[in-house]
Amino acid sequence: MPAPSTSPAPPAAGTSTRVTGGVGESARRPDGALKVTGEFAYSSDLWADDMLWGATLRSPHPHARLTGLDIGPAVAMPGVYAVLTHDDVPGRTVYGLERADQPVLCDGIARYHGEPVAIVAADHPETARRAASRIVAEYDVLEPLTDPRRAIDPASAPRVHPTGNVVRHLAVRKGDFETGLDVAAEVTVTGEYEVGMQDQAFLGPESGLAVPAEDGGVDLFVATQWLHVDRDQVAACLGMPPERVRLTLGGVGGAFGAREDLSMQIHACMLALHTGRPVKMVYSREESFFGHVHRHPAVLRYEHGASRDGLLRYVKAEIVLDGGAYMSSTPAVVANAATLGVGPYDVPHVSVDCWGVYTNNPPCGAMRGFGAVQAAFGYESQMDRMAAELGLDPVEFRIRNAMSEGSTMPTGQAVDSPAPVAELLKRVSSVPLPPRERGDDGYDLRELPGGVSNTTHGEGVVRGVGYGVGIKNVCFSEGFDDYSTARVRLETVDGRPVASVHTAAAEVGQGLVTLLVQIARTELGIDEVTILPADTEVGSAGSTSASRQSYVTGGAVRAACEAIRERVPDPASLPDGEVVEETVEWRHRPTSPLNEHGQGNAHVQYAFAAHRAVVDVDTELGLVKVVELATAQDVGKAMNPDAVVGQINGGSAQGLGLALMEEVQVSGGRIGNPSFTDYLIPTILDMPPTRVDILELADPEAPYGLRGVGEPPAISSTPAIVAAVRAATGAALTRIPIRPEHILDLSGVSEGERT
Amino acid sequence: MRVSVTVNGTQRQVDDVWEGESLLYVLRERMGLPGSKNACEQGECGSCTVYLDGVSVCACLVAAGQAAGRDVRTVEGLAADDGAHALREAFVEAGAVQCGFCTPGLIVAAHDLLERVPRPDDAEIREALAGNLCRCTGYEQILDAVRRAAERTVG
Ligand code: FES
Ligand code: FES
Repeated sequence: MPAPSTSPAPPAAGTSTRVTGGVGESARRPDGALKVTGEFAYSSDLWADDMLWGATLRSPHPHARLTGLDIGPAVAMPGVYAVLTHDDVPGRTVYGLERADQPVLCDGIARYHGEPVAIVAADHPETARRAASRIVAEYDVLEPLTDPRRAIDPASAPRVHPTGNVVRHLAVRKGDFETGLDVAAEVTVTGEYEVGMQDQAFLGPESGLAVPAEDGGVDLFVATQWLHVDRDQVAACLGMPPERVRLTLGGVGGAFGAREDLSMQIHACMLALHTGRPVKMVYSREESFFGHVHRHPAVLRYEHGASRDGLLRYVKAEIVLDGGAYMSSTPAVVANAATLGVGPYDVPHVSVDCWGVYTNNPPCGAMRGFGAVQAAFGYESQMDRMAAELGLDPVEFRIRNAMSEGSTMPTGQAVDSPAPVAELLKRVSSVPLPPRERGDDGYDLRELPGGVSNTTHGEGVVRGVGYGVGIKNVCFSEGFDDYSTARVRLETVDGRPVASVHTAAAEVGQGLVTLLVQIARTELGIDEVTILPADTEVGSAGSTSASRQSYVTGGAVRAACEAIRERVPDPASLPDGEVVEETVEWRHRPTSPLNEHGQGNAHVQYAFAAHRAVVDVDTELGLVKVVELATAQDVGKAMNPDAVVGQINGGSAQGLGLALMEEVQVSGGRIGNPSFTDYLIPTILDMPPTRVDILELADPEAPYGLRGVGEPPAISSTPAIVAAVRAATGAALTRIPIRPEHILDLSGVSEGERT
Repeated sequence: MRVSVTVNGTQRQVDDVWEGESLLYVLRERMGLPGSKNACEQGECGSCTVYLDGVSVCACLVAAGQAAGRDVRTVEGLAADDGAHALREAFVEAGAVQCGFCTPGLIVAAHDLLERVPRPDDAEIREALAGNLCRCTGYEQILDAVRRAAERTVG
């Protein structure tokens, strides 16, 4: 079959061919020059005259009643300006993305290890930390609920919240399951899988600067993903009208979902308003592990049924997601895991139940690919098992069942734009395999599992190849009013037309600012475009998440430029001194909620990526070296090809981390490894060379035909790597991240001998 | 305590330094040089890489007092350096910068590598940058940037 041609997106009306750095080019980042010189101001670099430093006292217990709190010793310390507790919260005492269930400061019950109890402002960060540690907090330790499987029982105890422990249960029923029938198949495989808790591990810690304002309000400069939702929560908790709380985006050192919930925002504002001085808060790496939500750990049980000739007949799944102590975005994570739970395959009969629950584990929420990542490990593991059961090649089996444009999702939603799942698989599987590198005297140590630790010279090393493919929804779903606002201003200065673009969209590293410049250039036909700082002085842009900003804020900027072109058909010839400005609120097509069978057109757009992983495994020590990752992804339109490749490589790396090394180790509700010494993310030695193949099959509904890019590569690299390790070792590997002991057969080896 | 140190060619003196402060803290918070970043304060991420007497180190692991009387060069101090300029250009061009939090440390570490090994192969680049974490890029474009800069500098 011939490869589908990469179709160009429909050209924008009035597009000028004169601009350089327009849509489709690898234009340079407007913030690149500042970032490489070290001049770019991250939220942790901010500074104000007379500023104080904030610090947080946190609960050492995952579940405890706070019985006493003596701030006296902290207040008495020289250099300390404020010590605030729950009683000092001026407005609403709780906050949260979907439900305000999280106390600003501990309200008498600590529900997780690391829950903020009190905050301090002092003239030196060390003084603030020491003062926090001198606060005397007394607790009655309570039994924590730590097993999410127990929490799905509505009668489970203890109740983490009075509403019970089930945050959301979503059932999706398609085909005969919807009518209550049972379904049988010639061949069935079942499996249980487990996903550990991953951390976003952005490099720039939670941080910001709150400055009290003359009107009694506050200006907050902060690294976040969604300024307006932060503002609304902060204002409510400060007991102020939103217009007195003004947020400006500080430089953001990565996000990946971890900045969707508040961290230090309300605390810094409370301290600033209380002391009348600017207050800066910067979390240390250790505090960062307690200061933001993580990826939901998951337990997944799957049953797949297929015909002998290799067609899927049904999938039954039960997925339990541990949301930890507070709700955060758990309901949306449940929706993704449930609606995308069978993967990018045509399955006539589907029954998926997904629970998101409260426990006394650390709160979990958004992380790149949420819900879809956990499910993909389950369904892709199953696809390999079924292929083996049927004696089929795993790629061939996937292709036979691959969904495509026109397919019907388990939710009943018809897929109405390209879904080139089979093509993506064909592309990654036809990339020539990497050669085995050998130096003159055998292997190059640096290429082997264990690396320069010199643990093997090749003996016991086995190569394996594995595949994975995934699906992700783009934009906000289930009827959410998802929009973005753009203000574009055009003027001619000294004979040169210049445009400025003002949105509240958070640039977190992904390169949205570049894209918005490119769009304005293309639409207005002018070269000089400036991006104004993102703040709450313009309408909401929605969240930088769900791979949605190129689509939604990109769409808003395009629409604002179109509005300008309606007034000034040739923007490049605007007379000197004239100014044209347009502000547009732009929405993607509406979605609908899911009914009691999980049916409905809940999603805006689907995005797909496939990976092939090649690994070498030291079968004697259980060490893995990923040799190469090949990716194919349909991006609809490569708005900025270099940036697209960057998203794919970065997402693939995070998936590699989840497969092989990254886990927040929680035992009895306590985090055991809150540091980069003990929580490992991939280094440049762990990441292999990548091969990236980009398809551009336009989505007619989307601006320029684009498809969200950020999340899909973080979904399929994990199962591909695990499959490759299975292929090399024959180990079952039902839990990620894989540990050496999962690879080695340690049965018959005593616990003492293992360590 | 009082600490005197040469930073980017200029003799600097700071007072009231607490004994526990790191060189990184002093650079960032007392000298107005926030280019070196703090992402772990444990020597694990390389975001704070600076030269100390010509050797690249993690500034978070150097006590401020230890730096007294010595010569420190930060990313800001590489502003006029040709090799660093080639690296900066290459990083932007290759798409090696996303959030950029790792970038200043990488520029210093890669600068140090190219000073020692003007034409490194990929394995040498990987070894030299193994102490610099980047969470955004997956490193592929960082490798590419260093390769490009090496080519240009050597000419
Ligand atoms: S901040 Fe110094 S190595 Fe991480
Ligand atoms: S670009 Fe974000 S950490 Fe490297």
